[in-house]
Amino acid sequence: MTARLVPPARDPIGPGATRSIEISLDGVPITGVAGQSIAGVVLASGRLAWRRTSVDGRPRGLFCGIGVCFDCIVMVNGERDVRACQRRAADGDVVVSQHDALPEATA
Amino acid sequence: MTGVLIIGAGPAGLAAARAARAHGASVTLIDAADEVGGQYWRHLPPSRPSAREPRLHHGWGAFTALRGELEADPGCEIVTGAQVWAIERADAAPAARPTVHVLVGEPDGTRREARTYRPDALVFATGAHDRTLPFPGWDLPGVFTAGAAQAFAKGERVAVGERVVVAGAGPFLLPVAASSAMAGSSVVGVFEASRMPQLVRGWLPRPWQLARAAKKGGELAGYVAGHLRHRIPYVLGRGVVAAHGTDRVESVTVAGLDADWRPIPGSERRIAVDAVAVSHGFTPRLELPIAAGCDIGADRFVVVDERQQTSVPGVYAAGELTSIGGVDAALAEGELAGHCAAGGTPDDPSMRAARRTRTAFAGFARRIEAAHGIGPGWIGWLRDDTVVCRCEEVPYGRLRDTAIATCASGLRSPKLTTRAGLGICQGRVCGRTVEDLLGRASAAAGGTASASIPLDGTTTDRRPIASPIRLGELAAGHAPD
Repeated sequence: MTARLVPPARDPIGPGATRSIEISLDGVPITGVAGQSIAGVVLASGRLAWRRTSVDGRPRGLFCGIGVCFDCIVMVNGERDVRACQRRAADGDVVVSQHDALPEATA
Repeated sequence: MTGVLIIGAGPAGLAAARAARAHGASVTLIDAADEVGGQYWRHLPPSRPSAREPRLHHGWGAFTALRGELEADPGCEIVTGAQVWAIERADAAPAARPTVHVLVGEPDGTRREARTYRPDALVFATGAHDRTLPFPGWDLPGVFTAGAAQAFAKGERVAVGERVVVAGAGPFLLPVAASSAMAGSSVVGVFEASRMPQLVRGWLPRPWQLARAAKKGGELAGYVAGHLRHRIPYVLGRGVVAAHGTDRVESVTVAGLDADWRPIPGSERRIAVDAVAVSHGFTPRLELPIAAGCDIGADRFVVVDERQQTSVPGVYAAGELTSIGGVDAALAEGELAGHCAAGGTPDDPSMRAARRTRTAFAGFARRIEAAHGIGPGWIGWLRDDTVVCRCEEVPYGRLRDTAIATCASGLRSPKLTTRAGLGICQGRVCGRTVEDLLGRASAAAGGTASASIPLDGTTTDRRPIASPIRLGELAAGHAPD
C-alpha cells in the first residue's frame, strides 16, 4: 500500500458528499475528488512520482507540499512548470509529466 | 484613511487585518493560496464539507470567527491566489512607500492579472517553511517534509503512506504524527534528534514563563495523549540517517545520535516504511522583508520594535518571520502589527492581552532553539554522493571539494561553479544547508567562517525576484498606476 485518500466511511471528520472529477496524467485517466490539488489526485491514486530530473533522470513527486520546493512541477493543459501541489485539479485537466533534458553543449 | 496591505493570511495576517480594521484602516489582505488560514489552519476547500473538520485543528473557532468577520467586512479586501513576485524599495523621500508587485490568478498560470500596490503601511506575515536536512535517499519519492504530510492530511485528507516514520526535531513533529495517525497511517515512530539533556536545557529553565504560555502546553499535551492512544513510540536522540529504495522509499535507517547529532556507529536499525515525514526546523520566508530593506538580526529573523515595526518606517512584520513562537504568538504579534500599522500605539488598552501574550512567548523561540536546534554533527550522515541541492542535483562531495579548491570565501563562486542553490526553488530548500557546508569548508581551508555563515557574510535569503515568474508575464509589463 501507499499514499491514499482517507476512506470517507472511516474518516473521523465525517465527510459530506463530494463530486468526482477525472484528469489524465500522461494519457492515463485518474479519478479524484473536486477540490483536490493535482498532486493530491495523483498521490491518492498511489503514484508517488511524476517528474524526472534533468541531470540524473531520477523520479520526483511531492516533497514540501506547500509550494516551496518546485519538485512536483507538471504541464497542465499546455502550461509548463505548474506546481502540482498548488493547482487545484479541474475535471478534464490534461496533465503531462515533465522531464527537462539539459541542453546539449556545442563546441 | 490609512491603507494597510497585509501579505500572508495565516494566523498573524488574519489577526493583523482585524486589528487594522478595528483601528479604522482600509485593509487589503493577500495570500498566494486560494484559501485563507495559512499552513496552520490549512483546511479542506468548500467543495469538501464535513461534519467534524474542527477535529483536525486547534483554535478552529477562532479561525472561522476571524475569517467570517473579515469576509463580511466591506473595508477589508481579501485577495487570494495573489503571488507577490517583487518589492521595490522606496529609498528616496522619507514618506516614500515600497511598491509591491503581485500576480493574481491560478497558481503558476499564464493568464494571471498583474497588480501593483503602494500602501501607506505594509505588514509582512509570510510565515516559515520546513527546513529538512539532506540525508542519503532523501530525494526518493515517498520522502516528504513533515509539513507536506501535515498539509495533505489536513488540506486534502490524503495519507502520504501506510507505514510512516516521522523524524527530525522540534515540537512540530507531534502534530504531524497525530494528523498522520488520524488519516489512518500507521506511524511506526517519531524520532526526535535531540536528547533529554538538550530538551531539559531548552524547556526546563524558568518554568513560570512557560506557565504563561500554557495554551501551547495544552496543545502539545493533547498530541502526547493522541500518541498514547495510537501507540506511537516517541524516541529521543535518534534520527533517520538514510532512506533506501530504487524508485521509491522502501525502508529507512534510524540511528542513535549523540548530543551533536553525530550518528553513533553500531546503533543503526533498518525499518520498513513507505513514507518518511522529516523536518529539522523552520526557515522564515525572508525574501520580501529583505527586498523591502528590513534589517535581519543575527538570529536570521526580521528585527521589529514594540510596535512590530521593522527598521523600515511603515513596514511591519509578525508571526514566524520574527521568531518561531507558534500560533498564539503569531496572533498576538499580528494584532499589534495591524493596530500599529493603522496608526495605533502598542500601549493602547485594547492591546493589553496581545502585549501580554507576546511577552509570554518572547523566550519561546530561544527555548525551541536550545532544545531542538540543529546539531553540527549531522554532516556525519552525509555521503559524497548525497544530493544537497535537489533542484540542480549537486552532491555533497562536489560541493565540498569545489569550495575547498576555489578557496571559497563566500557563496558566489561555489554556487556558480556547482549550481547549488541556483535551481527553480531559488535555494529555499537547500540554501541554509549550502551556507552551513560552505562555511565549514572555508573554515577547514583556513578561513575564519563560522559554521553557519560563509566568510563574506552573504546569505541565500536574498531573492530580488521573490517567486519564479514567466518571461511573458514580465514582458507584459506592470499594471497602470
